[in-house]
Amino acid sequence: MTVIKEVEYYPPPNNWVGRVGRLAMHACQQTGIATLLLIAAVRSFRHALTSRSRREILGQMYISGIKSLGVITIVALFTGMILALQTGIELRRFNQEVNIGTAVMVSMLREMGPFMTGLILAACVGSAITAQLGTMTISEEIDALEIMSIDPVRFLVMPRLIAMTIMTPLLSFYTCVLGLLGGGLVGMTQLGVSWEAYLDNATRFAEVKDLFVGVLKAVIFGILITVVASHEGFATTRGAVGVGLSTRRSVIVSFLLILITGYIVTRLFY
Amino acid sequence: MIRFEKVQKSLGGRQVLDGVDFDIQQGETFVIVGPSGVGKSVTLKHMVRLMTPDQGKVWVGDTCVSEARGDDLRRIRERFGYLFQGGALLAWLNLAENVALPLRENTDASEDEIQERVHRVLEMVGLQADANKQPSEISGGMRKRAGLARAIVGKPEIVLYDEPTSGLDPVTARTIDTLIEQMRRDMGITSVVVTHDMHSALSIGTRIAMLHDGRIVELADPDRFVQSEQPEVKAFLEAQYITRTGGWERKSE
Repeated sequence: MTVIKEVEYYPPPNNWVGRVGRLAMHACQQTGIATLLLIAAVRSFRHALTSRSRREILGQMYISGIKSLGVITIVALFTGMILALQTGIELRRFNQEVNIGTAVMVSMLREMGPFMTGLILAACVGSAITAQLGTMTISEEIDALEIMSIDPVRFLVMPRLIAMTIMTPLLSFYTCVLGLLGGGLVGMTQLGVSWEAYLDNATRFAEVKDLFVGVLKAVIFGILITVVASHEGFATTRGAVGVGLSTRRSVIVSFLLILITGYIVTRLFY
Repeated sequence: MIRFEKVQKSLGGRQVLDGVDFDIQQGETFVIVGPSGVGKSVTLKHMVRLMTPDQGKVWVGDTCVSEARGDDLRRIRERFGYLFQGGALLAWLNLAENVALPLRENTDASEDEIQERVHRVLEMVGLQADANKQPSEISGGMRKRAGLARAIVGKPEIVLYDEPTSGLDPVTARTIDTLIEQMRRDMGITSVVVTHDMHSALSIGTRIAMLHDGRIVELADPDRFVQSEQPEVKAFLEAQYITRTGGWERKSE
């Protein structure tokens, strides 16, 4: 697939109706281009088993997964701790603080685990993908790949997409486990809930469906972040300033899509 | 070999190419000159379908590039090498890996064969000692030479050069000119060169075209080009102190 860089030009609109219409049209156009990019990347999965691709996928898994572990660990622990503390303070008024286990477990599995992981990956990995592909676009490296008959989508997007699709659910699960641990620590030290009681309560009410929904969300977030980041990178124009703007847009669009998609998936399953 | 038929292209609402017509013969070095932003690089990009015309057609041999897709486009692009302005080397690969990339990705050549070809082209451009350096560790001129090595490693029939000598010191610039001329002479490579540098254009070009306001205003061999009566050509030559005999003129108060 040739990366679509040339979009049709229309003269500036004269009034606000025109501006709104143009914005809507631009959004549809960009969504269409990003969808075509996703389709092309999925179609190039058949090249994923070549030795170069395997190396590249492992490299991207290391970058998106292992290198994000530090920040994810801290965010996950504190997310669990805050959840436990806020819920526990309210539940203590009814002598029900032992139930914080359920609150933390269900919130982390269904929502907070994939959500926090998605946000962190959009900020850390998505922005890096956009900046790299944007710089490559500006310096004509993407054009050079095309001239050499090397599909930029297969060469650059496919390994990142596979790596993020694998690593986001794994990191989301890791976030859930650490969040649960953080909640337990707060339960023991601040609310007087024993570790055994906390764990028993946490596992009693959580369902496999919660885990499944969380994993599904994480997979979708991983795909969204990579596609948005790659699309913004390829669409970069106007030099270094353009790279900055694309990176900013990539993070904002990813954040919004994570929020909206998270809500839609929750609504579909509960 | 390459034919432009009334090609029109507008970018951001501005008409960049406005009915460009020319024909490039096999084995020649065709030079396109003109002021900045006049559409020289855009013209080059149309030859390999990095851009498509709004109107008109671009032909390479018997194939219309502007309508080529899939395998047809791939076959056309395999005939080309392209030297980009900044070299366009991939930052995470060293010079040898950059040069080997098209061979590794597109051919079934053995690793020994790839190494041998990479070594040969790096030697041609004088970079054999720097094969293991990263693009960030070398100068702009060396990046361009590495880009040239990558462009020719696949033994293309046609090489496109986008400002091959811009930003280079005169000695390195002449080395690049010599390489272009040497490849035309020894390997029969057809070259299309986009440049501002009239000294370079006059020394390597078999024909020179001047692009102005989206049109070719002059197309002639170097001897006739310097004698052109077109005001844009005269102004362009005078700005680089080139006389109507192709010599150099000292400006005094």
